[in-house]
Amino acid sequence: MTNIVVFAKLVPDLVEELEIADNGIALDMEWLRLIINEFDNHAVEQALILKERTGGEVTVIAPQAEGVDEMLYTIAAKGADRVMMLKGDFEAGVNNHALARAFATTVQTYQPDLILTGVQANDDLDGAVGPLIAEYLGMPYIGYISGVSMAGDKLSAQKEYPGGLIAEMEVALPAVLGIQAGEEPPRYVAISKVRQMMKTATIDEYDVAELNTSGGVTANRMYAPEVSERAEMLAGDEDEVATRLVEIFKEAGLV
Amino acid sequence: MAANSISRSPSFTQEFYQSLFKVIDGENIKTCLQCANCSGVCPFGHVMDFPPGRMISWLRAGIFDEVIKADSVWMCVSCYACVEVCPKNIPLTPGLMTRAKEELLLAGNIPTELQSALEFSQRYGNPLGESPRKRADWAKGLETEVPIMRKLNRPVDVLWFVGDYASYHPRVQQTTRAFFKVLTALGVDFAILGPEESSDGDSQRMAGERGLFEMLAEKNAKVFEKYEFGEIITTDPHAYNAIKNEYPTLGIEYPVRHYTEFLVERIDDIKALFKGNGEMRITYHDPCYLGRANGIYDAPRELLEAIPGVELVEMPHSRTTSLCCGGGGGGMWLDGFQWEKAHVRLSDWRVKEAVDTEASILAVACPYEPPRFEDSVKTVAGAEKLIVKDIIELLAEAI
Ligand code: SF4
Ligand code: SF4
Repeated sequence: MTNIVVFAKLVPDLVEELEIADNGIALDMEWLRLIINEFDNHAVEQALILKERTGGEVTVIAPQAEGVDEMLYTIAAKGADRVMMLKGDFEAGVNNHALARAFATTVQTYQPDLILTGVQANDDLDGAVGPLIAEYLGMPYIGYISGVSMAGDKLSAQKEYPGGLIAEMEVALPAVLGIQAGEEPPRYVAISKVRQMMKTATIDEYDVAELNTSGGVTANRMYAPEVSERAEMLAGDEDEVATRLVEIFKEAGLV
Repeated sequence: MAANSISRSPSFTQEFYQSLFKVIDGENIKTCLQCANCSGVCPFGHVMDFPPGRMISWLRAGIFDEVIKADSVWMCVSCYACVEVCPKNIPLTPGLMTRAKEELLLAGNIPTELQSALEFSQRYGNPLGESPRKRADWAKGLETEVPIMRKLNRPVDVLWFVGDYASYHPRVQQTTRAFFKVLTALGVDFAILGPEESSDGDSQRMAGERGLFEMLAEKNAKVFEKYEFGEIITTDPHAYNAIKNEYPTLGIEYPVRHYTEFLVERIDDIKALFKGNGEMRITYHDPCYLGRANGIYDAPRELLEAIPGVELVEMPHSRTTSLCCGGGGGGMWLDGFQWEKAHVRLSDWRVKEAVDTEASILAVACPYEPPRFEDSVKTVAGAEKLIVKDIIELLAEAI
C-alpha cells in the first residue's frame, strides 16, 4: 500500500494589508490572518486524487499556527486518513530549514513512499521547503509538478517549464514532489462535513523539542516597497497628457 | 469540479424524496400533476436536464442518481417562478431544487466558480472575498460619520443590516450611501454593525450550503445579542428573507423590514423633503426575494410614485410574473457557468423589456441588480440610454 504524506502550512493571507512588526524584521502577527498555502492545497488535492485512483493512505502534517486545527479538520473531511500537527514555538524566527528538519524527523515513523508539498509559499525566505525535506531524508526531488501517476514503486510526474513546455519524468520511490497544481482544482467540502469531523476526528500531535534554523537566512530589515522618485504623474486632460507623453518620448530619444 | 465518486445506496432516492416532506407544504409534492407549468416558466428550464417537473417524475420512478450526476441543477437561480405557477402549491424552490443542490454539493459536484464564493463566505464572512475589517469602508469620506453599534454603546431604534454587496460592491456602495443620506434626512435613530456583521447567508443556503448558512446565521445572532435595538432594516431582500423567514427556524428572532416597507410608512415625511427633480418615466423590476418570495409589491411602487414628476410604467412581466435578474440561488457566483450552458444572460431579457416600455430609468430594490442590469445595458442593443437606479437612489436624488 502506498503511504502518501503531505506537508502543508499556513501562510499570511493577503486579503489583509501586511504590517511590519515593531522589531522591523518580521510581519506583525497580531493582525495577520493565515490561510493554507495555495500550492499545499493543491498538493493535498493531488494526494487525494492518487489515493482515489490507486489506493493508499494519505497523511497530512502541518506546523502549529493559529487556525491549523480548522485547516486539518477540513482536510480530514476531504478524505485524508490521518492529520497531524507539529507542536512547537513556530512563531518567532522559524524558517523553512527548521520546518523541513522537524518534518523529516516526524515523517520517518510513517515510512512514506511519496511526499508531496506545495512547490512554493509566499513566506519562503530561505527557499522552498520541498528540496530541503528531500535533502534531509536523502530522497530525490522534482518541483513544479502538475500531474502524477503511479505504478508499483515507479512514479511518473509531469513537470512544468516556462513557455508551456511539459516534461514527463520518472522517479524511483520514495521521493518528494513540489506541486505546482493538482490535476483538479482543490475540491469543496460542505461545512456540515467539516463540523462532523471536528466532533469525530483526532489531530495527532508531535512535539518538536528544538528548532534548528541553521542554514537559513537572517532578515536585517523588512519593509514595504518604497516609492521611487522616478515616477512622474502627468496631469491634465487627454490632449495635454498625450502631448507631454510625446515630448517625453522625444526627450528620451525614443521617437 | 472535483471528481468525487458518486455512489448511492438504493434507499437514497427514497430518503431524499422523504426529506422533501419536511419543508413547509412539502407533502404537496405527492400531488404533483405533471402539468409541467414549473418547467415551462423556469427561465433556464430549457437548458436543465431535470427541470422541477421532470425531477419529480424521475424521483417517483425511483431514479435519483442521474439527477445528482447532472450539473444543470446549478442553473436554478432560486427565483420562485415555478412555485408561483404550480397549481398544487408545491414548494419547488425552497424544497426540491435547494435540496437537490445540497446533495450535489455533498457529492462534490459543484462548479469551481461557486466554490470560491462559498469558501470566501466561510473565511471572510462575505462571498466577495473582501477583508471583513473593511465592511464599513463604504462610509469612508462621508461628511457625517456612520454610527457603528460597538462604538455607539447605547440602544437604537433601528439596526441597519447592510449586507454583502451593499457593503463591498463599488456600484452598490452608491446605493448604500444614498440610503444613509435618506435615513439621516429623516432623523432616524440607527446604527450599523460594521466589521461585526457577517453575510446573511441566504444565497449560500439556496446554493445548497445549508451548513454554511447556519454558521453565518449563528455568527450574526451572537452579534445581534450584544446590542439593543427596536428592529432590523435592510436594503437587501436576500438578507431580509433570511432574517425574516429562516433565522427564526434557528431560534434567532428579530423584527425585520425591507427598506421599502420601512420608508413607505414615512412617506409623508419623505414627501415633505422632496424638491422638484424633473419629469421621469420609470419602470420597476420586482426582485424575486421581495416580490414572489415575500409578497412585497406595493411599497416600492408607492415610493416611486411619491417622487414628483415620476410616471411609473409596467413591463409585461411584473409583480408575480417578474423575470429574475439571474443572481439568486448562487447565480451571482455562476455567471461563467450559466453563460457556458445557456449563452444568454437573464438580465439581458429583463433589460430588453425595460427598453420596450420606453422608460428612461429601470428602478430596482435589490443590491444584486444594479451591477447585473448595468452590464446588460452595455450589451443589449437599444439599451444604451437606460439608467439603472435603486429606488433609494432616486429618493435621495429628489431630496
Ligand atoms: S407545476 Fe406543480 S404540479 Fe405541475 S408539474 Fe410542476 S410541480 Fe408538478
Ligand atoms: S426557482 Fe426559478 S430557476 Fe429554479 S427551478 Fe424554479 S423557476 Fe427554475
